[in-house]
This record gives sequence, structure tokens and C-alpha cells, in this order.
Amino acid sequence: MSVVEDPARSIQLTDDGDLRHFLTLDGLDRTMLTRILDTADSFIEVGARRIKNVPLLRGSTVVNLFFESSTRTRSTFELAAKRLSADVLNLDIGTSATAKGESLSDTLLNLEAMASDMFVVRHSRSGAAHFIASQVTPGVAIINAGDGRHSHPTQAMLDMLTIRQHKGGFEGLKVAIVGDILHSRVARAQIRALNTLGVEEVRVIAPDTLLPTDVESLGCRVDDSMQSGLADVDVIIMLRLQRERMEGALLPSEREFYRVYGLSNEKLAWAHPEAIVMHPGPINRGVEIESAVADGPQSVILDQVTNGIAIRMAVMSMAMGGQRATAWNRTGEGSS
Amino acid sequence: MSLTWARNPERVRIEGATLVDPASGQQTDRSVLIDRGRVAALGAPADESPVDRVVSGHGCLLTPGLTDLYASLREPGDGQKGSMASEARAAARGGFTTVCTAPDSSPVNDSGAITSLIRDLAARHSPIQVLPLGAATRELAGERLSDMVGLTGSGCVALSNGGEPLANARVLRRCMAYARTFGITLMLQPENATLAAGGFAHDGRITARLGLVGVPEVAETAAVAEMVLLAEETGVRLHLSQLSTARGVAMLREARDRGLAVTGDVAIHHLCFTEEALGGFDSRFHLRPPLRSERDRQALLAGVNDGTLSAIVSQHQPHDDAAKRAPLAETAPGLSTIESVLSLGLERVAAGELEQSALIRALTVGPAAVLDLPEPALVEGAHADLCLFDPAAEWHPSADTLMSTGKNAPVMDRSLPGVVHQTWCGGHPVHSTGDNAGNGSGLT
Repeated sequence: MSVVEDPARSIQLTDDGDLRHFLTLDGLDRTMLTRILDTADSFIEVGARRIKNVPLLRGSTVVNLFFESSTRTRSTFELAAKRLSADVLNLDIGTSATAKGESLSDTLLNLEAMASDMFVVRHSRSGAAHFIASQVTPGVAIINAGDGRHSHPTQAMLDMLTIRQHKGGFEGLKVAIVGDILHSRVARAQIRALNTLGVEEVRVIAPDTLLPTDVESLGCRVDDSMQSGLADVDVIIMLRLQRERMEGALLPSEREFYRVYGLSNEKLAWAHPEAIVMHPGPINRGVEIESAVADGPQSVILDQVTNGIAIRMAVMSMAMGGQRATAWNRTGEGSS
Repeated sequence: MSLTWARNPERVRIEGATLVDPASGQQTDRSVLIDRGRVAALGAPADESPVDRVVSGHGCLLTPGLTDLYASLREPGDGQKGSMASEARAAARGGFTTVCTAPDSSPVNDSGAITSLIRDLAARHSPIQVLPLGAATRELAGERLSDMVGLTGSGCVALSNGGEPLANARVLRRCMAYARTFGITLMLQPENATLAAGGFAHDGRITARLGLVGVPEVAETAAVAEMVLLAEETGVRLHLSQLSTARGVAMLREARDRGLAVTGDVAIHHLCFTEEALGGFDSRFHLRPPLRSERDRQALLAGVNDGTLSAIVSQHQPHDDAAKRAPLAETAPGLSTIESVLSLGLERVAAGELEQSALIRALTVGPAAVLDLPEPALVEGAHADLCLFDPAAEWHPSADTLMSTGKNAPVMDRSLPGVVHQTWCGGHPVHSTGDNAGNGSGLT
């Protein structure tokens, strides 16, 4: 009875329905997600050429604003921005600025003085990218590179691109996501993307301690056992397990987790024979996945990494396009 | 600064208003004469008396001044968030004439000296009656008992642990036993500290979607069970503050049915909003206890309607802008509500969810009974603590119109029904919109 419209939609889309920020997959319809995948496909061709750069973001400054450390995600964002011909500034803020007592709003004010056009943000707090998008001056695009447990929309979209490449589409697919759903921004974004793109079924397989309350409301079915959960699935997504989960009394031990949920060739045999195995990385071999599976013929983990660059090029160019169109309209209105 | 309430009480006749008896909800159309701080006459004798001023109450309801069991008035403490003067004036604007101020001031109200300071600040800056709530434990830390006798001796009407849980059951039990010895009422917010740890939203659909750390329902119900059992054993007079769950209300009802002297209240926002309010990471709705499900909201409304919940409180927590401008988890909990309590309640009445008589009861006789205050009533000789409001008129809360320093009000983007035209405290006009002031003058 309180909030009416979808707040995610209003903040990240322009009046014409184009992207201007990329914060979450909530509020984005199938047409938009397909457009992102198609755009990424076109950039994959670019990646195969000898000269890999396109001038879409020439003259723009992209700031990688990482409040939480990450090598891989930041590198692929950096590479994606450079292939779009943008100037890139990497800022690993960690917690240092906040430790010095500077608030996130103050940090932002300082960064905006550098006249950047886009912030790629990773932060340990859910909603941080939304918050930053609500604070920056109009015209600056925010790309969420992972916020707390909330969302990691570029990761989910590169996973969708990988699934589409291998399965041809989404209809009729059964997908199992295994592991620590509770703390996973990747899983939340994937469940949303898979539902929007129209898969037949999303199953989550985990002990209750690693599932959010009301997880079914996200659009998935809970399976307690790997055998029933993997039965006949086309896609298996394994999630990374963080070591600190043992300390919070969420799990007894890595060994027990591996015994029950670790993906071995034996368990993989329960799935559809042509099932693909995915993992957002970095992999804990012998904790959530056996080496033989990670390196085996059904694994598409390295494709995911390659697709990461194309997806990030796609959302960065689309968001910048939306911001420029909005700015164009603004000045147009102003001069008329 | 000229203090309007410091002038001699005026002799005023309120004409044309519908009087609501707060205990029964019965309505009568009669004139009221206010003289020397009291309700001097009702009906014909009031009509015949000469007066300084006539106030038109046509289309309005007249009730006793409202009573709030829990509001943070922010003084002593953080001037950026509010002051005794700003928040008490805001309360008067909301129709309140009696407000209990939470112990979460800075410094915490855990000694008689701080209580005296608060009373002194109130005497100098507040147009309405401010009743201090003392801290149940020192610094609200839940470890050592506060000087309970010293606090109540200095004027605290009850003791509370603010929004802080009493994590240690042994401390809780001793706190109750000690309070019982001296007949002190404990007003406690039931929250199991370990189950709620780190959480700031209802553990449910929204936390699942937004990846927020949840506070499960059982964080409240486990604490209610523990508190009720310990209250039964120690015999303390226990008031459960700001219940948020359906199960919590059911447990309170059951305890009362068993004859225990346990009462409870709900914050106005828990009757109006659900977990969905956090859907866009709106930090205003970061609350403790969190807004819960629609089912919980309905059960809380039913609890007010059937009297299980004695009072509706504002849980007024004004904040400066910076306190709410950060990623959700890093923001301060609380809403600035004291000006909107009646309006938000009337909106629920209009929606058919809340009975008007229950709303008025829960803002007058209900909270007064929790504190053992004289029962508010519109009778000859009663203190002229009065609230005259038009339930149909609308106003638009905004940063410009709110008197509270805290602009973190729940409704800012639309109008609300229910305009308090006049509030009198002890016969003094402490708030007036001016619309119905009749031939009066000099009111601000």
C-alpha cells in the first residue's frame, strides 16, 4: 500500500525507456535484456578483429570506483572502457576514505569535480549503486559492478550471453543454482534475468542457512538435495563459497559442504547429458567444484570471462547513449 | 522570543465542534468554555458566558489533547536533529499536549541530573507537557541498572531502554525485579539482540530481493515470550513498546487474557506502511523494529481496534539530512512523525482499516492509562488540554511546512487528511492554524 511504481525502473531508465544507469535487472523487461545481449554479440565480433577499439566513448572519462577490491571485474570493465575508446581512471578506495571519516556523499562530490562521465561502482553495501545514482549530477551514468548482496547485473548478463551461445535461447531451459544464495548478489541477479528471459524453471540448491527467507518469491524452486535438484537440468551454476561462512555457524565445514553440494562428475551425471557448468569465479577447487568438472568438456567457465568484456562494453555504451540523448533533449528544450 | 503559552490562559468558547468522548467514542455537538486552564462549562452554560474569543469548530472534532508514549525530542543532544523547542512545537501542531521523551538523548537520561535538565529545558522551551522516560540501564548498554529510584524521583514517569535490546536475560530479570520493588513501569522494545544482529529490514520478500540483512519475526516474538515470562515471575508492570509483528500482538493478547498486567503499543508507521516501502532503498523507512509484511500490518490494526494495543505512538525520530544520506545499512533508523500521527491514523480510518474511536482512544485514554495518568475526558473541571481538528481538511507535508527539524517524514509527496486547527494545553493556545481563530489576535 505504500510504494506504487517500480522505483528501480524510474531511476535507471530514460523517459524513452533507454538505459541511463545500469543498477539492477529489476524493472528491465525481456526486450531490454535481449537488446543488451544483441549489442554484446556485436562487440564480440569487434573483439575478434585485430584492431579491437571502437570510438563510441571517445572523449569520455570512465572512473572505476571500487570500494571493495576486485581484480577480475575491474580489469574487464577497464578493458571494456578502453575498447570503447574512453579514458579510464581506476580508483581503489577500499574503506580508506570512509575510515578517515569521509562520507560516501563527500567522496562523490570530490570525484565529480573531476568531470567524469561514468562511474563503475563496486561497494560492500546493498543499494550503494542506487544511492550514488540518486546523488550524482544529471548526465553521469552509474554502472553497478556489484553492491553488497543485492545485485551484480553485468555478471548475470554475461552469464545469460554464455547460456544463449550454448543453448540457442532460454525457452524450455531448466537451470540450477547451487550454493550460497543468501550472500550472493550474482544469484539474485541471475534469478531475475532467467525469469525475465523466460526459462522454464530456476531451482536453487542449498542448505536453509544459505537461503534468504522467502527465496521462492524471487521466482525459483528450492531443492534440498543435489540429486533431485540437478535432475534433467540444462544449466548448472555453481556459486563461490566464502570461507567466513563457517564462522557464522552457517555451515559446519568445507569438507561437509563439498560432500553434499560440491559438483563432481558423479553428481554432474544426474543433470541432462548436454548440461553446461558455469561459475562466476574465482573458483574454489575442491570446495564447490571438482577440478575435473571445472576443466571438463561441459564447463563454459572461460567463455564467461570472455563474454564479460562484451557485456560491459554493451551496457557502458548503452547507458552513455541514454545519458547523451537525455542531455540532448535537455539542451534542445532549453534553447527552444 | 515571546512565548504564547506563557500568557494568562484566555477565556474561550469553542462553538460548533463535535465533541468526542475518548473512552467511548461517543459524539455530541456542544459548545465548550475554556476558563482559567480548565474546561469550565459545556453546552448551554458555555454558550451564555462572556468570553475573550470565540473559536469556530464547525466541521471539526474536539478531543482531549493527544498523548504520545514515545518520541525522541533530541535535547539534550544533537541540535542538528532537533531541539526541545522545535520538536515540542511540532508535537503541539500534531495535536499532542503530553509527550514522553525517550531516554536516547545525549547524554542518555540515566540519572536524576539529566532528568532535571530535561524538565528544565521543557519548562523553558516546550509549550506542552513533556514527561521524561528514564533509561532502564546505564548508557542504555544493557549491563548495569540505572539509578531507577533517582530517575523516577526526579520526574521520570517510566523507564525504557530506548531502542536498545536488553541482550542479557539475567540483567533483564534483575531490571524487572528491581523496578517491581518500587512500582516502576518498564517500557521495553522487544528485540532479541542476537537474532536481530546486523539486520535493518524485515526478513522476507524485500530482503530476499534487495539482499538486505533481515530482522526475522522471531527476533521480536522470542523477546516478547522472554519478557512476558519474566514479567509474570517478577510481577513488574511491563509495557511492550512498538510491536511490529502479528505474532507479537497475539502473544500480548494471550498474556492479557491470562490476567497479566502487560500492555503494549504500536508506532503509527507500522499501521500504515509495510516492508515494500524499502523497495527503492528509501532510507527514510529504515526503522527499528522494521516495517513488516501486510499480514503483520493488518494484525496490528486489529490490535488497536480491539484494544489489545493500548496506544499508538509516534516513535518520532527526527534526523538531519546527512543521517539519512548514505547506503541504506549506514543510515540512522527512524522517521519524523509527530506532526503526522493523527493524519496518518485518519487516513487509515478513511480506508476502513481503523475505527475512529479506536484511533482516538489509542492517542488519549489508552496511553494515559499505561502511565497511570488521570483519564483524559471532556468534562467540566478537566484540564483544558484539547485538540480541535478537521478530519476532512488536507495539508501537504513538505520540508517547508514541517515544524520539526527532521524532514524525514513518511509522507512528503502528497497531501494528508486531518488538519489540527487548534491545540490547547492547560488552557493556553499552543498551536493554531489561524483558520478558525475567530476574533482572536496575536496568535502565531
